[in-house]
Amino acid sequence: MSVLVVVECDKGEVKKSSLEVATYGAQVAAQLGTSATAIAVGEATEANLAKLGEQGISKVLYDNEPRLKDFVNNAYTKLIATAAQQEDAKVIVLANSNVGAAVGSRLSVRLQAALATNVVELPKTDGGQFVVKRGAFSGKAFSDVVLSSDRKIIALKKNSIEAQHEAGKTAEVTAFSAQLGDADFADAPKQVVMQDQAGGILLPEASLVVSGGRGMKGPENWNLIEDLAKALGAATACSKPVSDVDWRPHHEHVGQTGITVSPNLYIACGISGAIQHLAGVNSSKVIVVINKDPEAPFFKAADYGIVGDVFEVLPKLTAAVKELS
Amino acid sequence: MKFLVCISNVPDTTTKIAFTPDNKEFNKAGVQFVINPWDEYALTRAIELKEANAGSTVTVLNVGEADTEPNIRKALAIGADDAIRVNAAPTDAFFVAQQIAAIAKEGNYDVILMGKESIDYNGFQVHGMVGELLSIPTVAPAMKLDMSGNTATLEREIEGGKEIVQVNTPFVASCQQPMCEPRIPNMRGIMTARTKPLKVVPAIGEAPRTQVAEFALPPKKQGVKLIDAANAGELIKLLRNEAKVI
Repeated sequence: MSVLVVVECDKGEVKKSSLEVATYGAQVAAQLGTSATAIAVGEATEANLAKLGEQGISKVLYDNEPRLKDFVNNAYTKLIATAAQQEDAKVIVLANSNVGAAVGSRLSVRLQAALATNVVELPKTDGGQFVVKRGAFSGKAFSDVVLSSDRKIIALKKNSIEAQHEAGKTAEVTAFSAQLGDADFADAPKQVVMQDQAGGILLPEASLVVSGGRGMKGPENWNLIEDLAKALGAATACSKPVSDVDWRPHHEHVGQTGITVSPNLYIACGISGAIQHLAGVNSSKVIVVINKDPEAPFFKAADYGIVGDVFEVLPKLTAAVKELS
Repeated sequence: MKFLVCISNVPDTTTKIAFTPDNKEFNKAGVQFVINPWDEYALTRAIELKEANAGSTVTVLNVGEADTEPNIRKALAIGADDAIRVNAAPTDAFFVAQQIAAIAKEGNYDVILMGKESIDYNGFQVHGMVGELLSIPTVAPAMKLDMSGNTATLEREIEGGKEIVQVNTPFVASCQQPMCEPRIPNMRGIMTARTKPLKVVPAIGEAPRTQVAEFALPPKKQGVKLIDAANAGELIKLLRNEAKVI
């Protein structure tokens, strides 16, 4: 038996969320008294895969098939299922990403496994039970879920645990083939279109987020948000009303029906804090609210607050960040 | 073209979440239930595609107990033709996926649509499970869906961009914005919905593989520390030296 972690790579690098998955998988393996093997998907380099030893991974399986560079649901599912069977994996850990969730749900049926997505903590394994804590009600609550099948699949919420780096440890990288054929790539994307991200930082993976609401008064004022984000190395986000009127693209919409984020720092500028927005951000470690209305409900959910005009406060914050560095 | 749209019945987005005293169940007292907001994209897009393709039908499917019927009727009022309710509590994603797969197979549906996830359980699992149970492609989460004959062109969201995917029917897609502008029922729709067929069927399949042991609310914040706007730069020092996040 073993623990199998699914590591997503992009342009040769292991994604930050996958370093968290590797760390989590290694810790589950230690809990169960076994070792953790990784299966890599996407475009990887052998050197970066070997570095997964730093997160506690002992072996990395890598299929050099070039068509695996982009996400293909059937091919990824078959690849991971084959690896899980070869390694006799009792627990499979993936990122709670648009790759992890798409593959994890198919895998759970194929491998007759119990699946928990949006998981935020290491499992409790005492008393012969396997219990994981996961986010529910769109960030408004948590639930402890018992996984009752012999095999378990866990999709780990991003930024839930910190990736470990034990310098100098390396993993053995092994060639692996799931004998994928043309039929497995039938649902391959025809085209992949990447958007320009502010400062190149992806919102779902970001540790720092600067977000704007209707208080920003218009898309022409977003440079104030972007300047602070750039100075901090943060991603930019927005509230639902802002994406509804197309001031900002939908993929930046944070909230109950947008994306849920859990960065170390969330700075909300001109957002009142409707309950649907709070649901998307309340697992952030530190929340800063800047709003000219002292009665804005967001202040109740904040750690730090400034009652003031965002158009005056934001340039001051950007200047202060630049002074630090 | 036969569309099957799966909807769940969830607490309204403004609901303050509370649990029963033993923390084992969601406290439904005084809570308004709505069609899951993500499912509204699936429902409206199916109706739009039906209107554009003569001879098509839209069936709404819900796995739930009798108290979900007002929202099933609402879906019929928005424009679905008929509805099926699997009479069982939707205990976990696998249990629900088995019901959907069985009905989709029996009814020979071409396009199976649902929301990206439900806003209560937030599983984001059912789409893939249904696809796997039926051995058909899944596209999740889909931001755009167009049909030309039996071929669908979809935009799938990925971190930092999108993919253009083409699949042939039958397939499953889980939907999200900006696929369409969700519709609300009009008076004529509400009147005709009363007489549209709603079939109730028993649940089938294996037992759930997951059970909720306990719910918990997030820890409360300690209270906000206010910084004077005139001295806003002080905040950055606090974030570095006190909160240690930058």
